Amino acid sequence: MLQTNLKHILTADEHKKFIEDNENVMICCGRNGPMCIPVYGVMEDIQGDYSHVKFADMEFDNPQSSVIRNAPECRGFMGLPFTVYYKNGKLVKATTSIQNELQIKAVLDKEFSKS
Amino acid sequence: MKISEHHHFNSIIIGAGPAGLTAGIYLSRARARTLILNEGVVGGQMILTYEIANYPGVEAISGYQLSNIMKKQAQSFGCEIRANIRITDLKLEGKLKQVSLSDGSIFTADTIILASGGRPRTIGAAGEEDFKGRGISYCATCDGDFFTDKEIVIVGGGNSALEEAVSLTKYVTKVTVVHQFDHFQAYDHAIREARNNPKIHFILDSTIIAFHGAESITSVDIKNIKTGEILPFKTDGVFVFIGYLPNTEFLLGKLDLNKNGEITVNSDMETSIPGVFAAGDCIVKRYRQVTTAVGDAAVAALKAAEYIQLQGTIN
Repeated sequence: MLQTNLKHILTADEHKKFIEDNENVMICCGRNGPMCIPVYGVMEDIQGDYSHVKFADMEFDNPQSSVIRNAPECRGFMGLPFTVYYKNGKLVKATTSIQNELQIKAVLDKEFSKS
Repeated sequence: MKISEHHHFNSIIIGAGPAGLTAGIYLSRARARTLILNEGVVGGQMILTYEIANYPGVEAISGYQLSNIMKKQAQSFGCEIRANIRITDLKLEGKLKQVSLSDGSIFTADTIILASGGRPRTIGAAGEEDFKGRGISYCATCDGDFFTDKEIVIVGGGNSALEEAVSLTKYVTKVTVVHQFDHFQAYDHAIREARNNPKIHFILDSTIIAFHGAESITSVDIKNIKTGEILPFKTDGVFVFIGYLPNTEFLLGKLDLNKNGEITVNSDMETSIPGVFAAGDCIVKRYRQVTTAVGDAAVAALKAAEYIQLQGTIN
């Protein structure tokens, strides 16, 4: 289990339900590693400012995470974490490797604009 | 944690790596009202370290765990911490220091401790940002297994570069170390181990000037610095270990920095401005370790506490 204070998604079914039940979703798929922890930290810190977005994590080495690892949008990714953004159940953006707060907010503001 | 409604502190610490957290522990334990402001996630570069095995008193611990312990320790003494903030203005001169944030908050303090740390240096070649995570990596322990049975390039000639070159040979079929000088800065044992590894090859006096590929990297251009010759070189990935840059851009023109942008301090960690101290990877020094950051910060905090007491504002 990832050591974060985010919602943990453990199965592919849970992943499917989560992105279908929520309009705007950000999921960070990683390990308890150096490039992933800062992304989890940013997600935890900005949750309050983005109440219209649901945040979660998924463990990269969980076989059920193939729903993210094998997504066409993640083809060519060779750096953890894989961070994916869903709008109405559809994957609209994916990033690879460490991202800082500004980079994450830029994606959230573009893809999940409140207006 | 909710920040105190009192916007004046005895000390504001900028940075929450090992230096900033240590200063927070010392000052808050000395009953100084202390606020740590951090532009990233608490822990700084320490959380990027998979395992710390040379921190005295602790046999082995992850950087993440150690930073969490330091954070809790600081908070237990009353230190307030705000992470992922943006500093928009900083006034260091005079008795009353002031820090303004992008959310409109303004904090004042008797002293400031600068512990803003550093960040990995990037190559700056064309395509580097595009291929980050698509073949370019700055963390061998994180991404090494993506390169199983592949050929990679490592850029750098220090301890990190050569040690990671050796460690990555457990995954990859071939490592080519590209280094800008004709000699290495690493310790002899690290050089010897890399040179003795049959999977490791070397291209010296050279640097990468461009990255190429589609979904991920397929090749790089390596330029010989002495001859100017450019060598197209096929590779599946590039790991970059070429040192660190101090996070001091926000201090330009505000206090004395050296030509590398590092903060100049004396042995008491005092900067060129009274009441402003500095510690950790952002200062001029040779050895950048968690232990040296902690040591710097203890000195800076003790000196800051002395300064505050002379001002008569500490309880």
